[in-house]
Amino acid sequence: MTGDLIFCAGLVLLILGLAAFVVAARQPFPAVVGFVVFGLLVSIAWMCLAAPDVALTEAAIGGGVTGALLLVASAKLGDPSKRGQKMKLARGFHVLVILLCIAVSAGLIAVVLSLPERAPTLALVALDPLESTGVKNPVTAVLLAYRALDTLLETVVVLLAMVGVWSLAKDSDWAKKPAFGYSPERGGPLGLLASLLIPVGVMFCVYMVWTGSDHPGGKFQGAAILAAMGILGLVAGITSVPAVTNARLRWVLILGPTVFLVAGLMGFASAGYFLAWPPEFSKAVIVLIEVALTPSLALMLGLLVAGPPRHSSQL
Amino acid sequence: MSGLWDLLTILFVSMGVFFFVAGTVGLLRFPDSLTRLHALTKADNLGLGLIVLGLLPRVESPQDALKLLLVWALVLVASANSSQLIARKVRREES
Repeated sequence: MTGDLIFCAGLVLLILGLAAFVVAARQPFPAVVGFVVFGLLVSIAWMCLAAPDVALTEAAIGGGVTGALLLVASAKLGDPSKRGQKMKLARGFHVLVILLCIAVSAGLIAVVLSLPERAPTLALVALDPLESTGVKNPVTAVLLAYRALDTLLETVVVLLAMVGVWSLAKDSDWAKKPAFGYSPERGGPLGLLASLLIPVGVMFCVYMVWTGSDHPGGKFQGAAILAAMGILGLVAGITSVPAVTNARLRWVLILGPTVFLVAGLMGFASAGYFLAWPPEFSKAVIVLIEVALTPSLALMLGLLVAGPPRHSSQL
Repeated sequence: MSGLWDLLTILFVSMGVFFFVAGTVGLLRFPDSLTRLHALTKADNLGLGLIVLGLLPRVESPQDALKLLLVWALVLVASANSSQLIARKVRREES
């Protein structure tokens, strides 16, 4: 018990210290690296709170995909001090930010302190009808049975975000491929890493999606791993991004949301309302949706990182 | 019998922790990137390897043991590759 306490206290101190480092860092690159490590530490904190599903998502999306997005962004921005540009903020703005941060922190502290001794929980409500959904992981039941509408909208939001990134392309660049602004180096350590890691990663993604119905895991985490493998392949120069005008690419992108939507509409026929699964096929429908969503989400996340189509020489 | 396994765990995990501490001290104290990389690889490869070795007697199933070994193998691959990449960048910038 005391061992746990010491571990958790150390973890909290590390997280706070790292957060301070990320905010105080003057250069984008160290700040991004700090942010990625921050995500990993927060995922360990979620593990300590016995929330493995949240921990996996935090590691995959919070640390992994967001970290990759920020890395690419910081590489495109370059070193701001070298370009002779300085971040100029009005003095009042600093004060405003500090005041808002203090207000949010104080509010959170007040909320935590005012919690009753036994925190209110919906766990029992979520576990009760679990049998009728056919899945054994209550988090998956929440995401794809009780609150399937939220998940459907989430995937559409990711798709919209990707279309938003594409819309940043110049008209003349539209038919071109997204370019990292990074010239891949064939062979060498990256080639070795890609050839060793990609098969492992793909298998891990399949496992993650498959196990998600009964154990911690699921499509978002699996898709993030698959996207990471795609990005690794890109950086190592063994795969290339298809042009955004590619029809097959677009079919894969809409495969998951389409299956989700069609299954949801069929709920009208089988149970009388949108996104209702027929009880006897409930698990089959949930697994089908998860499997269909994985390649779509992986492609969306990967294309978000790859950026808008553009001429490769410009950075 | 379990006392012997416990002793092995304590021994190997302590040795692993020693290499992690040594690697961290090296990372903080060594003068340039290449020597710092040298210190880090000791922590990654040897330190984690010893800790995995120390934890092996405590696993409940052979599956868990395989998972631990897989974690170590993946870290070996990742750290060896990232060290190579950093070292190449350092050499390119020096020349």
